[in-house]
Amino acid sequence: MIQKKHRFQFKSKNLAVHLSLLFFVILALGPIFIIVINSFKTMEGIFTGPLKLPNSETFTFDGFKRAVAQGNFVRNYANSTIITLGATLLTVTCSCLAAYGITEYTTKLSKMIAGLFTIGIMLPVTLGTIVIIKMMVKFHILNTHISLILVYVGIFVPLGVILMVTNFRTISNELKEAARIDGANEFKTFLIVLPLVMPGVAAVAAITMLPVWNDLWFPLILTAGPKTQTLTLGIQQFVGTYNNDWQALLAGLVLSAIPLILLFTIFSKQFIKGLSDGYGK
Amino acid sequence: MARRRRRQLLLFTSPALAFFLLFAVFPLISTIYISFYQEDVFVGLKNFVFLFTNDEASERLLYAFLHNCQFFLIAASIQLPTALFMAALLTSGRVRRMTSFYRTLLFIPTTLSVVIVGFIWRLIISPLWGIVDYPLLGEKLTALPTITLMSVWQYLGIPMVFLYSALLSIPSNIIEAAQVDGASDLRIFFRIKIPLIAPQIGIITILTFIWTFNGFDIIYALNGGMPGPDYATDVLGTLFYRTFFGWGADLGNQNLGAATATVIFFIILLGTAVYFATVQRRLKASQL
Repeated sequence: MIQKKHRFQFKSKNLAVHLSLLFFVILALGPIFIIVINSFKTMEGIFTGPLKLPNSETFTFDGFKRAVAQGNFVRNYANSTIITLGATLLTVTCSCLAAYGITEYTTKLSKMIAGLFTIGIMLPVTLGTIVIIKMMVKFHILNTHISLILVYVGIFVPLGVILMVTNFRTISNELKEAARIDGANEFKTFLIVLPLVMPGVAAVAAITMLPVWNDLWFPLILTAGPKTQTLTLGIQQFVGTYNNDWQALLAGLVLSAIPLILLFTIFSKQFIKGLSDGYGK
Repeated sequence: MARRRRRQLLLFTSPALAFFLLFAVFPLISTIYISFYQEDVFVGLKNFVFLFTNDEASERLLYAFLHNCQFFLIAASIQLPTALFMAALLTSGRVRRMTSFYRTLLFIPTTLSVVIVGFIWRLIISPLWGIVDYPLLGEKLTALPTITLMSVWQYLGIPMVFLYSALLSIPSNIIEAAQVDGASDLRIFFRIKIPLIAPQIGIITILTFIWTFNGFDIIYALNGGMPGPDYATDVLGTLFYRTFFGWGADLGNQNLGAATATVIFFIILLGTAVYFATVQRRLKASQL
């Protein structure tokens, strides 16, 4: 009898935790859900019952068709993809190399370099924007994908290095020594141990992609031209024109959010590891 | 041998160092440098004197600063307790296999861009849809708190995940020992867990400080570069943007912009330094 009561208490406590979490989930996803359901509705459906699910009368793909047909949509999508992948690839590569160097050749200098990158994580780089514009003008790369990629690598490489340092520290010396005895040079040794830090690489990639894809400031300033515009900036201007095509607008917003939501759902573990290891130092 | 090691170290770190120094450190230092110039002529502190004594410029700067303080205080005071509560629920051991399911769903708003977040909330609270009957974004008193709440909604996932990891890393034998001593869950949480993760609570607070004082996106996404009503939502980030880029009929001035950036940089630097010198040191000490 006593045990039964205890069990009941235990279960009701579990239920309370589930219900509280569910409340937060509804708070987090409810607003997104409203946007998604309205993107599948006719104009009339959007305004007569914004909180209703689309029914046979109000359901339509028109918004999506028009959003994709919108002059810049597909190009902006491509621009964002190129910039995000480019910046991520470069950040990951540079971070791995630097972290290997820092953990492998420990000297006073290596500690100084690591300290420099640790400070770099918190550096408010956007405050240097005026000089960044001047530099890009001087290099003749204003309004190119490269200008954005260069800046993003500069901003996110410190976090990447610090994250990779914690990963390279976990590798035993034996493998490296064995490789060296086999005659591998330092770069080859680096390549041999690289597969062992792949979880770290995924964490760095995940934590770089998110802010790069979503950034508004640097695209606004460095690549506002129609040919190099990113998706985030394009959507901002689409919203800003007080366009009356709500259907296309809602559909465009949904389409622009999908890649990162998908990526994050798949890589959420790596992302969370990156976030807590990177900033937690 | 030592020289060879040094050469290898520099070889491996040089690409990362080059990007970091060239595109992050150099622009910041150079910005401070050009804040002492006007049209390539050295003018000393003249730009700063203008920012702090010109009637309009100093008023804008003061209000932007106060708005940032308000933004930070509202965001931190709601975000931290809520995130801590969520993290505590996730690590309570009562949701088990559902943990990662909840954690992933709760983080989704953070993966959205501010443009989407701004739009979603503007639509939901717009009188057009009639869910809220009051022009929250149109009134001076409510505009900034409303935008702050939107930002809190979006970024809640970051402190949550951060504190979640911190709570998970507490050695289980400490908790078990307390349980053996008969301490209740609530008591364990407030008396043992919170003191143990105090340094992480501190770090996430200072990161929120840096991010909000450096913030621009959500305000710009909702209200553009001249954030109304009547500058009620103007923050240092939008002021900086306007000063160097111009807005509407106002032309930008690079050197004044650089001076504004320098002021913001020192506010952030000062806040962070004071924090690390006082609070964080004590937190670390009490942990031992």
